[in-house]
Amino acid sequence: MTSDRREMRRISVGALARVEGEGAMRIRVQGTTVEEVALDIYEPPRFFEALLRGRAYTEPPDITARICGICPVAYQTSAVQAIEAACGVEVGPSVQALRRLLYCGEWIQSHALHIYLLHAPDFLGYDSALELAKVVPDVVQRGLTLKKAGNDLMNVVGGRAVHPVNVRVGGFYRAPSAAELETLVEPLQRALEAAEETVRWVGGFTFPDFEHDHEYVALRHASDYPMEAGRMVSDQGLDIAPDAFEDHVEELHVEHSNALHAVLRERGTYMTGPLARYSLDFDRLSPRAQEAAREAGLGTTCRNPFKSIVVRAVETLYAVEEALSLIQRYRAPNPSAVEVEPRAGRGSGWSEAPRGLLYHRYTLAADGTIEEAVITPPTSQNQRAIEADLARFVEAHLDLDDQALTWQCEQAIRNYDPCISCATHFLDLDVERRP
Amino acid sequence: MRTNGTDADERRGARPTGAAEGANRRRPRLAVWKFSSCDGCQLTLLDCEEELLALVDRLEVAYFLEASSAVVEGPYDVSLVEGSITTPDERERIQTIRRESATVIAIGACATAGGIQSLRNYADVDTFARMVYAHPEALDVLPTSTPFSSHIDVDLELRGCPIAKEQLLEAVGALLHGRRPNLPTVSVCQSCKRRGIPCVMVSQGVPCMGPITQAGCGALCPAVGRGCYGCFGPAESANVGSLMRWWRDALGMDADASRRALRTFNAAAPAFARSDPFAAGGSAAGGDGSGHHDL
Repeated sequence: MTSDRREMRRISVGALARVEGEGAMRIRVQGTTVEEVALDIYEPPRFFEALLRGRAYTEPPDITARICGICPVAYQTSAVQAIEAACGVEVGPSVQALRRLLYCGEWIQSHALHIYLLHAPDFLGYDSALELAKVVPDVVQRGLTLKKAGNDLMNVVGGRAVHPVNVRVGGFYRAPSAAELETLVEPLQRALEAAEETVRWVGGFTFPDFEHDHEYVALRHASDYPMEAGRMVSDQGLDIAPDAFEDHVEELHVEHSNALHAVLRERGTYMTGPLARYSLDFDRLSPRAQEAAREAGLGTTCRNPFKSIVVRAVETLYAVEEALSLIQRYRAPNPSAVEVEPRAGRGSGWSEAPRGLLYHRYTLAADGTIEEAVITPPTSQNQRAIEADLARFVEAHLDLDDQALTWQCEQAIRNYDPCISCATHFLDLDVERRP
Repeated sequence: MRTNGTDADERRGARPTGAAEGANRRRPRLAVWKFSSCDGCQLTLLDCEEELLALVDRLEVAYFLEASSAVVEGPYDVSLVEGSITTPDERERIQTIRRESATVIAIGACATAGGIQSLRNYADVDTFARMVYAHPEALDVLPTSTPFSSHIDVDLELRGCPIAKEQLLEAVGALLHGRRPNLPTVSVCQSCKRRGIPCVMVSQGVPCMGPITQAGCGALCPAVGRGCYGCFGPAESANVGSLMRWWRDALGMDADASRRALRTFNAAAPAFARSDPFAAGGSAAGGDGSGHHDL
């Protein structure tokens, strides 16, 4: 590759590492102009929305969990809430609290996975956390311990860490006993310290000087930091309930790949995920999480996507605290699930997956048979923002050599913790790759 | 970046004869590959939080894209393969991996039975594609989702959606020590008995696939009071017809619900897919109509 600025320059990665699923990156620069940026998603389609048709209204929590092994609880939660909405059922506060507790487990394990195993190696110049562990084994082990606390929580409440078995439409098959939850307290207290150390650790990383101007979209709840409930709001004045989602968000077909990109009908590109949640809901974080964020150098909003690793650490700390608080206040729902009778209708539901807003909508026949299913995962919503970030970042860093630029571009993609298995609505199968 | 066939053929001569033998000289090389899947089974490897760092002391992680940017070229001593074959590209890719790997372990329901995406095998994939994509003609997909064993010789299969962490560690541990892994082929019923979980079908009338499903999960579903939904696939000599009759006669379950139960995460497993127990006017295939329940 020549250093002559007038020449064509190509930056590409055939198979992105340390992301969930299969994707590639392709950037073409002519002189000082970024001509093309594409996050190609070649993950094969599995046609979930099609195979859900004709299934029973009770089945989506188990079936849609299989869209993603890293955020199954997000799928289960959005699915059951959409179906309950279609059937006109509200589950009540004790079931809701247990859902939130399970969701805390998913945030902890998914965020710890991303911070320690997927993203931190970028900042420290390692290929993997396994390499990093040879230098600082205690740090990596701290991350694994934190991750385990999340998985343990999912095991106890959900019955299994990957694809929990205990979630059903209307609530849970079985409510865990207070004594069972009590076994989680000690590991969670240790995790709380590990989470605080994590915020300090990642807060000390060096971040590229970079800001984006995407519209932030996240859930907002009357009192809680958004996780399983809330209205969808944005910093441009959006404020809607789940059944208005499709009025405001559309999925576009773009020319450069077979990708559908979710955009706001009114304003286009937007961004969902930890940075959006943090910036829109900072006041809903616990005092301890707010304080840790301040000490790590964050303000009450954050527009540098490279600092998403710090925000994830703050959210992990919050999720551990919240889990402890929910366990302390726990009253087992009795019955563990409310009866949900099917009826003809349409219902929408959403929740905040670790990597952003996840929307489900189901149309049911009178006997509960699914006639139509619509699923909009977070990575489809963020795909445009990722590409916009790459274009802006490359334009500002053309002085870097190819190796450094490629490294930082991959890092910029990982800022979003993309979940490509989730996002297989949109794909480009024409990408060359290793065997 | 594709490794073409010629390269792979050249490397064949370097193929080690076995992982255990290789361990005497150097750490066995592990590769982890993803096909059509949710990532949950390879995540199970990273979920071995207490064992992971010890494990990578014993194994060289040569290719594991979800965890590492470092890529070591083959051959590999052990390849863990996740997912099912759903595209022409995947169909070719697994052949290359087979050639480059001394031992291939298929991990999970997708890898051993086609996964939830094998529901397309019972439908028209073009219809599926039109339901989801604006321009389905641009997709390059196969009409079926199939397990690796339909394409290559697989040395070991780990069941489950997802696999059980304990079975993964058992398989890798056995390989490192050059012994056969201890993986049960009995049914989930035995796990329930061992754990003292009352039979949900007998005591609560809840339809349960435990009698025909392979053990390995530890009876997670009956433990929370729900019926097993078969995510570890068929047990050895599973009597599917008998269970279907039991569901119909004792629990009053209709044919559609029973069919859906068989067609989930292991929909292409022969014992679940071989014949439609309800094809002939709603009567269970192989049934003698006597109402005898040979559980």
